[in-house]
Amino acid sequence: MEDYCISIRGVGKKFNLRENGAHDTLRDQISALGKRLLGKSVPQRESGEFWAVKDVSFDVKPGDVVGIVGHNGAGKSTLLKLLSQISEPSAGEIRVRGRIASLLEVGTGFHPELSGRENIFLNGAILGMTKAEIRSRFDEIVAFAEVEKFLDTPVKRYSSGMYVRLAFAVAANLEPEILVVDEVLAVGDIQFQKRCLGKMADVAKSGRTILFVSHNLAAVQKLCTRGVLLKSGSLVYDGGTEECITRYLTSVKETQGELTGYAVNQPLLDRQSPDAPIRVTRLEMFDLEEAPLHHMEVNDGFRIRIHYECTGNYAKGTVSVQLQIRTHLGQELVRLSTMPISGYEIDHLARDGYVDLTIDSLPLVGGRYLLGVYFFRPHVEAMLSLADVVTLEVSPTDVYGSGVGMDQNRGLVVTKHKWHHEVIVPKVGTPQSDS
Amino acid sequence: MTNNTTERILRPTRGLVSVNLGELWRFRELLGLLAWRDVLVRYKQTYLGVAWAVLQPVLTMLVFSVMFGQLAKFESWGAPYSILVLAGLLPWQFFSSALSESSNSLVASARIISKVYFPRLIIPISSVLGGLLDILIATGILLVMMPFYGVEFRWHLLLLPLFFVAAFLPALAAGIWFSALNVQYRDVRYIVPFITRLGMYVTPVGFLWQTQLPEKWRLLYHLNPLVGPIDGFRWCVLGEKFTPWWPGFWMSMGITLVLLIAGLAYFRQVERNFADIV
Repeated sequence: MEDYCISIRGVGKKFNLRENGAHDTLRDQISALGKRLLGKSVPQRESGEFWAVKDVSFDVKPGDVVGIVGHNGAGKSTLLKLLSQISEPSAGEIRVRGRIASLLEVGTGFHPELSGRENIFLNGAILGMTKAEIRSRFDEIVAFAEVEKFLDTPVKRYSSGMYVRLAFAVAANLEPEILVVDEVLAVGDIQFQKRCLGKMADVAKSGRTILFVSHNLAAVQKLCTRGVLLKSGSLVYDGGTEECITRYLTSVKETQGELTGYAVNQPLLDRQSPDAPIRVTRLEMFDLEEAPLHHMEVNDGFRIRIHYECTGNYAKGTVSVQLQIRTHLGQELVRLSTMPISGYEIDHLARDGYVDLTIDSLPLVGGRYLLGVYFFRPHVEAMLSLADVVTLEVSPTDVYGSGVGMDQNRGLVVTKHKWHHEVIVPKVGTPQSDS
Repeated sequence: MTNNTTERILRPTRGLVSVNLGELWRFRELLGLLAWRDVLVRYKQTYLGVAWAVLQPVLTMLVFSVMFGQLAKFESWGAPYSILVLAGLLPWQFFSSALSESSNSLVASARIISKVYFPRLIIPISSVLGGLLDILIATGILLVMMPFYGVEFRWHLLLLPLFFVAAFLPALAAGIWFSALNVQYRDVRYIVPFITRLGMYVTPVGFLWQTQLPEKWRLLYHLNPLVGPIDGFRWCVLGEKFTPWWPGFWMSMGITLVLLIAGLAYFRQVERNFADIV
């Protein structure tokens, strides 16, 4: 028998793209069935296929620390989901030996109403720990998270830092044979990230197997013994970490043009009640030349077009639209609104239309941001909240022309600036001089 | 569990998939914790908390007793009408709240489902289990009320746990069916409230079907899986005279079993795509 703990053979994952992106309804299903029984033909819904992961094969040996790199949409996360049994492969097969724990997000299953203590047990169990294991590691978890004083406070009252620390602490105390980690280290402040990486390194040193997806190439370089590069769902390189990263960086340069600058996160209508008075039907983003937004550098501007559908009837100035920009950690950076903040009044609102917001220049460093769109009636009610509905990717531009790409490890905001240094030299011939 | 040397093979599945009971058993602690979370959150979030678990059956009982007992003057075979109603209400309310809670459970757990693997069946099962506390509280009320209405405690009461199981099974079957349907078809959530509202009158909660139904419809009526358990509850509480009509009882149980097995098969069938569509 070969010595592997994960063997991946010709694995693929197919998604069906539906024309209107909506779920089927039982009603449609039943009426289609009725028609078929009556011998009428049912028009097949237009659909396309999309392979998020295609014919990927590689083996992972016990003790390997594998970094999986690739662009957004290269299939990294889908691959991890297949490995951790969350979604089923459409082709090929995966063999797994040993207990596998997947950490695709920190704090999975955290409930805001429950206390820190209660959430430790819940989250631990969701991640696959037994009650006995959690109990024996409880003190360690609490100490790592530094939340002793707030153990019995509902986590909804935690600061985002505390929340993330607690969530990571639970995950860090997992002891599986194989650990699958997706991007979770990109949370929390730098100091905390360092601790997380340290913890990961400990796990790696103890001889356990890790599969690790990250955009943090420095972390991949430091931790991993092996790199796997994915491109459009296929494996294009499997070998040394250094080489893998080099190839990745080369391909980043090549494909810079195809980088999709933004993505609308969920099928929009699924998040909204069908009988709401106002609904957002489509979101589009453009660059300042009116072309669809494909790529954003630091300080670039953009225009977001919010298409809405309105069944209510609202007088001029009574409805406001708001855009919020947050970091992917949830920290609010920008809030803009028509009515109170900018003073712009939206006309009488009774049917469909769109609202444009143009930002001339966005002085945020490279990285991922989440855009939220809100409709509300000032001082009356929130009508529609679409938090984090768009992910915006800003590439880390070398704005200061120094060879340093500005990303979220270097603050969040950029600003025009200049340095100046002057040595104060005592003037020759002043009375203070010696002699 | 740590030294799991067995090899797991993940590959596309086709056709019918069986339920992996061993795996469900291994995840029993998670099942318990999720049920406990549901209960905890429900009691933390509602203002009335436990009071709600008391008020709901008591108010429904009052309304039904007045409506059917006082106004319509339905036959109760000499039993106090309120007790008759409450005994029928226990399994029904358990069923209807289990149905509404669990039908939404998978959709509400979308985040967890797309981030961690565990047998998905745990989710609807835990939300049905979470309703057990309510029925226990309501049973407590019933036991307190019985002496007030001059109903003596009989040995039959000892059989009550058996009928708890009989009421649990249809709730479980419905929960499994509707939670999975709800993921696939989004109009299902509009159907569920309709079922629970209508079902309350179709099911013999507020009356004795024995006194209302022509002989020839009896067996057909027991296709409603709740009729059997309700008969059982009344028997336990009110004694001899209310002995269930056994062919009907087994009919209810039989249909429950069919629904449960078919539900499990359906659930397993669509389970593989949950993470991709929720």
